[in-house]
This record gives sequence, C-alpha cells and structure tokens, in this order.
Amino acid sequence: MTDSTIKDKIGQFPRRLEDESIYIMREVAAQFERPALLFSGGKDSITLVRLAQKAFFPGKIPFPLVHIDTGHNFPETIEFRDWLAKETGAELIVRYVQDSIDQGKVKEETGKYASRNVLQTVTLLDTIEEFKFDACIGGARRDEEKARAKERIFSVRDDFGQWDAKRQRPELFDMLNGRIAIGENVRVFPISNWTELDVWNYIKEEKMEIPSIYFSHQRQVIERDGMLWADSEYLNKEADEIPFEATVRFRTVGDMTCTAAVESEAAEIDIIIEEILSAEISERGARIDDKRSEAAMEKRKQQGYF
Amino acid sequence: MDILRIATAGSVDDGKSTLIGRLLYETNSITKDKIEALESASKRKGLDFLDLSLLTDGLIAEREQGITIDVAHIYFSTPSRKYIIADTPGHVEYTRNMVTGASNAKVSLILVDARQGVVEQTARHLSIAALLRIPKVIICVNKMDLVQYDESKFEAIKASLGSLVAQTTFEGQAVSYLPISSLFGQNITKPTDKMPWYQGNTLLGELEAFEFAESLAHAPARFPVQWVIRPKTEEYHDYRGYAGKVSSGTFKVGDVIRALPTGQESTIASIEKFGEQLQQAVAGDSVVITLTTDVDISRGNSIVLASDKEAPLLKDFAAHICWLDHQALSPGKTYLLQHGVHQTKAKISQITEKLDVVAQTSTHEVDSLKLNEIGGIQLRTAQAIVADAYAENPANGAFILIDEFSNSTVGVGFIK
Repeated sequence: MTDSTIKDKIGQFPRRLEDESIYIMREVAAQFERPALLFSGGKDSITLVRLAQKAFFPGKIPFPLVHIDTGHNFPETIEFRDWLAKETGAELIVRYVQDSIDQGKVKEETGKYASRNVLQTVTLLDTIEEFKFDACIGGARRDEEKARAKERIFSVRDDFGQWDAKRQRPELFDMLNGRIAIGENVRVFPISNWTELDVWNYIKEEKMEIPSIYFSHQRQVIERDGMLWADSEYLNKEADEIPFEATVRFRTVGDMTCTAAVESEAAEIDIIIEEILSAEISERGARIDDKRSEAAMEKRKQQGYF
Repeated sequence: MDILRIATAGSVDDGKSTLIGRLLYETNSITKDKIEALESASKRKGLDFLDLSLLTDGLIAEREQGITIDVAHIYFSTPSRKYIIADTPGHVEYTRNMVTGASNAKVSLILVDARQGVVEQTARHLSIAALLRIPKVIICVNKMDLVQYDESKFEAIKASLGSLVAQTTFEGQAVSYLPISSLFGQNITKPTDKMPWYQGNTLLGELEAFEFAESLAHAPARFPVQWVIRPKTEEYHDYRGYAGKVSSGTFKVGDVIRALPTGQESTIASIEKFGEQLQQAVAGDSVVITLTTDVDISRGNSIVLASDKEAPLLKDFAAHICWLDHQALSPGKTYLLQHGVHQTKAKISQITEKLDVVAQTSTHEVDSLKLNEIGGIQLRTAQAIVADAYAENPANGAFILIDEFSNSTVGVGFIK
C-alpha cells in the first residue's frame, strides 16, 4: 500500500461496535449464573475489560477476571494485569499451568518449538470446573483467522470444552440464546465483529493504558525462521541462535516462547496504527502456533482451546 | 464512521466466494502472508492464478467438499465505511443459514450466473430479502466473461426477473442490477472497458452510495431493559439505572415515559454512558436510563414514551416463521419465545399456512413446518411482549423460539 492509501484507511472507530459489545456484556451478566472474563493481558482482553466497565457503570464489573498463567508470560504483562484489576476493582482469579504440570495432568513439550500454549487448555478447563463457570468471555475476533470467521457470539461447548461447527446455534438479529444443559458452558466473544484496526482505534480514542511491550523498546532477541524471538530462560535455543539487541515491539501478547517481535521504532499509538496498516504480515502470522498447519486453529478449537 | 452489513447469497459455483475474495483483494484488505498462503494453496490445487475463493472457504470439511456450509463473517473497509459481510451458503436446504445471515443486513447481494440465468435459488433469495425487509438488493450477474460480455444476456436476465421482483419488493426497497466478472475483477471496484454498454456504478460504488437513512431513529421509541444497575456503594447509595440498548426511536432527558407491562409512568432524569451525561439516546445506543421516581422495572420490561398510547402489548398474535431445526414445528407444543431480551413461554395454537417462496404461493392445510420451511403461525405467550409488527418496525418485531429441552434456537418469527 502507498502512504496515501494507508492514511485513507486509518479512519475512525465505528462507535456502533461499542454499543453492540456492551449489549453482549449485559446479556452475559443477565443470562448466566457464573460468568467470567478470560484475561490474557493482550490488547483484546484489555478492551473487553473496558467494555465490561462501561456496561455496568457506576456498578462494578459483576464477574471475575480469570487469568491462566502459563508461567512463560512477559513480566510486563503480569504487572499490567495486576494494575488493571486494582484500577477497575474487579476480582482477579489466577490459575497456573505449572500446577497442571506438577499434578501430572499435562506434559511439558520438548524441543526447539516447545511452548505451553497448548497445555493451557487443560488448566483452563480445570478452572472452569473448579469455579463452575457457565460462561467465559473471550477476546477472539472473527477477522483473526478463517476458522474464527464462523464462530458465534455465544459459542456452546460441551463437557470437554469442545466446539462443534455443526452444532452451533443460529444467531438472528441481536438475540442471544444462552440456555445450556448442566455441564455445558458458553464461550462469549463480545468483540467478534471488530478488526485489529478497530481495536487499536478504540484504544486510541479511549486513551486506554496497554502493556509496554506493545511499544518500541530495546530487547535481547534471537532470529529464527525469519522472525525475532524474545530471549528468555523459557526459550530452547540452538547453538547457533545467538541473542542480540534489537529495537522491537510486539503485535500480540502471548507466551514469550510463541510470540514473535517485529522490528519497530513505534513508540506512540498513532505510529503503531500506521505500521499495522502498512504491515505485510497479518496479526496471527507472528504466532508460531498457527503456523504448525493451515487447519491448526480449527483443530485446537475442537479440543477446547480458546 | 458507519457500518454497513451485507448478506451474500448464491448457488453453489456461481462464484460468490470469488466475488468476496475479489472485494477484499481490491480494497487492500488482505495482508501479504495471507496472499502467500493463498498462492501456495492455489498452486497445490494446480491453478496458475490466485484462487480468491479460498480466502473465505474456512472450515476443513468445506475445503474437502469445496463448498461453504455455514454463515461466515468477513470484514473490509473503505475510508468512509466499515463493511461486514455475512456469507451464507447457497444450497437449497440452507434457507436457515440464509435467513440467519441476512437478519442483520441492510443490503442483500444476490448472484446470478450469466450462463444459467435465473434459478430457483434466485427466487428464494429475493423472497427472503423481502420477508426480512432488507432495504437494498443488488443482483450481480456474474461470469459475464463467459458470455462474451453480451448485453442481451444481461438484459434477458433482468427481464426474466422483472415479474418476480415486482412481486416480492416492498415500498422503500431498492433493487439494482450489475453485470460483473469476479474472476477478472470487472465492475467490482473498478469499471471495465469490456462492457461499454453498462454505465452504472461498480459494486463497491453502489455500496458506498447506499444511504440507509437513520429511519430507526424516527420509529416508535422502544427501550428493552437488559439489566438493572444498583451499585449500593456509598457514592451511589440509592442509584437505580436501567441498562439497555435502544431498539428504535429516540429518548430524551425529560421525556415522560411508561414502563410496560406495568403501565407505570415516570420521567427520564438522566441518560448516561460510563459516567458521561447524554441529552438523548437513539436507536442502537447502549446506555443507562435513570428515572425521577421509583418504578417497578426489571429485565425484559420495556420503556416507551408515555405519549405513545399505541405501544402494543401482545399475548395472542400472528407471525411468519422460518423453521431452523431438524425436529419439525408441531402445533400445540410449548416453546420459549425470546423477543429481544425478554423470554416467556409460548404455545403455537395453529399453523395457518406454508409459503412456497419460489412459486410465491401458499397452502393452508398444514400440520407441521420442517427445517428450512417458512409459514404462518398463530401463537399465545405466557407474558405479554412489547412488540411491533415487523413490517412497520423491524427492530422490535422479530423473535426466536427456543426448544426447552434441547435449548436450541429452533425458529425465527416475524410478527404480522
């Protein structure tokens, strides 16, 4: 794209999206007994927290924020999470993948591409069972990936957290049917219809705080498969993968082991937005877990991944 | 920046996925790595061009069968608008998906294969667009490249649709015809010199020019209450706010209102959003309304203007229904009816007719409605609902039926 088309495309946040998402938040609170907001520390879940605040103000958010901590998070993410919970007065529940490993429920992956991304599904399902959550709010967007494009706003999961494309309920107009049988639960996606650009424009217009790793900073990285990876104790490096310092930022917030950085000088949100538009790599492209196969996302969804 | 929702429909192989892929491609909505994935997938299929249809055909099962099986949502934007496409499959048996995808749309895109002309599905789409009161229908005559860009072919299709369109259209609905080639990107976002006889808009031009007047703001004012906010904190000790999304019409601070079904009246003290004080709220706004007096209002109740003496409370009414479930609708059975955010039990007293949406006829001796069938019913609800006739106020005239045992959404109704 040329510079002028980029500027043309930035546009504004379509305000109607916010109204729709607030409406969904209220439906969740009203239709379910024990909802929870799954919080990852990424920009999408931060947006969800803001929408939940808006939906119930001046009341408090009537459900807890739940974080499944893989133990491989960026420290900046954890710091931000704790700050946000305090700031909003929301209840914060944290459960650890390490505990699932210690209990022998899952086995740590080995090798160069080892990550805990897949393991967190088990911890999540255990947490849902522990608290008997009947609805889990997540920040997935339909524009992220082809399998997500078919996802409903209220997505029914069975006892095992599984998603069945053929069993999804039709959603007509803005009417949401949250009735479920015992043992079932629902994943709710209030920002289904937002694109990545919508989220960024919203963060900008709302002047929201986001974790510092989204902005340009100096960091020790290694190069692998043409992408930059944050050097950390969790990354299994090969002998020829020598860390070096680079000026980078992250487009998504996932584990340190599976989220690649992009070289960037963007220290302000306006510049980040411009970068996104001119970027030649789409958002999930920087996550190695999707690259495993073309149908990777759909397979993980069937297994109960978020 | 506004949002325009589009429903696409077409038969298998009339090039719908390619059309959508083309729109995304030409509006710069696809990133490099997605194009690379497309290139390698196209190559694997033995093609020497980019198969744009692969951009939207999502699920594994679909890729195997080469067809789309559900409603997919696709996004693109121009400097002035955000577009959301609900892409629905075109198989005969999937009326259910078509209705679902079209339920939020303001524009219906209907594809016709220039070689085949009008088929049964075309009539089905037109009927559904009419039933759902979609204000704009664009009929794209696709694959013009395969009929040598022949104007007479295009005109013949227009002519053969004439009487059908005249039958289905309603006042306020605009229908336009476009000759296009999705494969070669002709008249999608760019005009073409292959069809000098066509002087009209490109498809994108047609979408950009469509003004969907904020008619909803002038419809009767309806505010269904979703949630009552009672913070019970020091600062907001006696605060009681009614949270909801305005379905239709406009509410202003100072308006005298009536709560339904109780009929109690009060006055709007404030309209708020996250602490911000607003002077008014219009259709589509998610806000919190506070009143000057204590009124008994709970979730599922509605706030209307006190001056609106006509605001209907329905308990026994007629509706069109589209059946969405494998288990047929049978009269006498009790379902849960959800109108907006209000759920109540409902009994189908009678099936009055079954519509043949292709032939535009109806039969009256009906004892059940099966999956994908559209008919007329008479029903009775346990609690009254604050609903309007769908044709007069679509935003407050539709409901869904839920099976109490399977919890599935089994039908969608349009109040007559």
